[in-house]
Amino acid sequence: MASHAIEVKNLYKIFGPRGRDFVDQVKAGLGKTELNEKHGHVLGLQDINISMPAGGVMVVMGLSGSGKSTLIRHINRLIDPTAGEVLYDGVDVCKMSENDLREFRRHKTAMVFQKFALLPHRTIIENTVYGLEIQGVPMEESRKRAQGWIERVGLKGFENHYPNQLSGGMQQRVGLARALTNDADILLMDEAYSALDPLIRVDMQTVLLDLQKELKKTVVFITHDLDEALRLGDKIAILRDGKVIQQGTGQEIVLKPADEYITAFVKEVNRGRVINVETIMKPLSGNPEGVPVAIGTVLESAARMMTVANQNVAHVVDANGRPVGSIDLGTIISAMVTPISHQLQAA
Amino acid sequence: MAICSYLPDLLCKFPSIDDTTIRMARKSVDDGFKALVREYINAIDALVQPLQWFLNYLERLFVSSPWIIILAVMVAIVYFGSRDLRITIGTIVSMLLIGLVGLWNDTMVTLAMVTVCTFIAIIVGIPIGILMARSERAQSIINPILDVMQTMPSFVYLIPVVMIFGIGKVPGLIAVVIYAVPPMIRLTNLGIRLVDKEVLEAADAFGSSPWQRLKNVQMPLALPTIMAGINQTIMMSLAMVVVASMVGVGGLGRNVLQAINNQFFTVGFFNGFALVAIAIIFDRTSQAYGKRLQKHSEVIHG
Repeated sequence: MASHAIEVKNLYKIFGPRGRDFVDQVKAGLGKTELNEKHGHVLGLQDINISMPAGGVMVVMGLSGSGKSTLIRHINRLIDPTAGEVLYDGVDVCKMSENDLREFRRHKTAMVFQKFALLPHRTIIENTVYGLEIQGVPMEESRKRAQGWIERVGLKGFENHYPNQLSGGMQQRVGLARALTNDADILLMDEAYSALDPLIRVDMQTVLLDLQKELKKTVVFITHDLDEALRLGDKIAILRDGKVIQQGTGQEIVLKPADEYITAFVKEVNRGRVINVETIMKPLSGNPEGVPVAIGTVLESAARMMTVANQNVAHVVDANGRPVGSIDLGTIISAMVTPISHQLQAA
Repeated sequence: MAICSYLPDLLCKFPSIDDTTIRMARKSVDDGFKALVREYINAIDALVQPLQWFLNYLERLFVSSPWIIILAVMVAIVYFGSRDLRITIGTIVSMLLIGLVGLWNDTMVTLAMVTVCTFIAIIVGIPIGILMARSERAQSIINPILDVMQTMPSFVYLIPVVMIFGIGKVPGLIAVVIYAVPPMIRLTNLGIRLVDKEVLEAADAFGSSPWQRLKNVQMPLALPTIMAGINQTIMMSLAMVVVASMVGVGGLGRNVLQAINNQFFTVGFFNGFALVAIAIIFDRTSQAYGKRLQKHSEVIHG
């Protein structure tokens, strides 16, 4: 199944009984605080335009209250928008009839929740087959498919346990297995790893990245953790007060933060593990010197390779081993330390 | 009162509607009601006939079966419901004691009555509870009705029940159900409303239809609360069978009524304790069963 992109266009969400009446005023510049104080309505999202890459991981990042969970719930319309559209495969999800929406949710989307949201009275295997069960897939087949995913997420032997008998990390593996068993094109992950311990979180990120390499689903991942966003995201959108303040690749966000708010975030990032060699390399002049470093290598690894080889210069090679640029240790170090301008802005 | 001499008459003595008017109104309401009942008596009889059959059948079954079979069935139900040896032994001992003091048949009559009442209360109560949980409007209409049903003295609504259905077992049954069904409705409603919003959202996100949502998520998760409702309903029917004996329900309740009328202290207590014994058996068994259903909620892993 080829993955499709999701387009979010001019999306507005205003919470309150007469939300629709205020869309024009918000478009004309009515602020969040003012809307709340004067009219008692809450501005959830304003003018969201994101195109989420097909078969890639789209991370939506923001702190609590930024509207990120509201945004992800518009993709399978657990929340109805006040204005705007969410296009999947050319169809506006927001205009679907109740039946079409149910079919869309059953076959095209699967969701993983922050607090797992497993059915406590069902065993792990019974939870995992839930999506197939309500689609009416025969029990035997759905159990077989679920079993495969339970094993993939490393829960073999726990099929007949109840969710309460498992730790948080294991419960979220069940959540992931339940979503994957649906074999849907879109995988929605709402702060899926936020409730987990740091080590387990990294572990689960690896699970997702490994699976994504072969599955190529359109993943929408919500998080408040920039490190997580940079590790997982092919594309990242940063939300604040219901507005997108920057979107782009992780590299772009770290190297060119759009404003002070993002700068403050980016300051804490381990840049050596985010920035790739090709981002800072110089064009090749003369013969390639030093150790070869593949495109896509992060600075920290490149520096380690150069230190081990006791070299100050290296050349970057593409997937075919052809040299395309050169870097030296000095450039790497200056790219790895947070620029002074960022420090001042953030202070 | 001295103060009345300073006040106009109207503010001192409450200006009630005069007796003749009230009498007229009362008479016309009563007569109208009676006429209405007379008009539809056949339809009403036909409507409650199945209840009569069901009740008679069960009563005959309980009373005419040899006591040893009834006891064996009861013990089996109690044991497989509760999986608790103490409750089972308690059941055997108390049922034997009831038989020894000569109340076996009366107890069977009461048991049949309570079984039918609980059954009807569940059949009526759960759908109404679900309706209430789904709609705010239904809740705002049904809640005050339940309030009236629960606070109205039970003797008062025996009056219209007797006027409509006459004296007998079925009117008693209806009175008991009216008295016992509110906790069933309220706790079904509460149980469904208390279901975790996140789990419901997950069910929606996977594309559950409203029926699938009810069947797979809401009812199973509301079950502990619904079980508490069934338990309450059983307890209230047991309490109400005594009052219902005033309109012709037999069994332990009638003995209690006779004991009150004749000041038979010992008879009253024997029958009272027999009711208590049945109540405790029902209560412990249904609670233990409800708890067993909740085995999955035991947290083993922090």
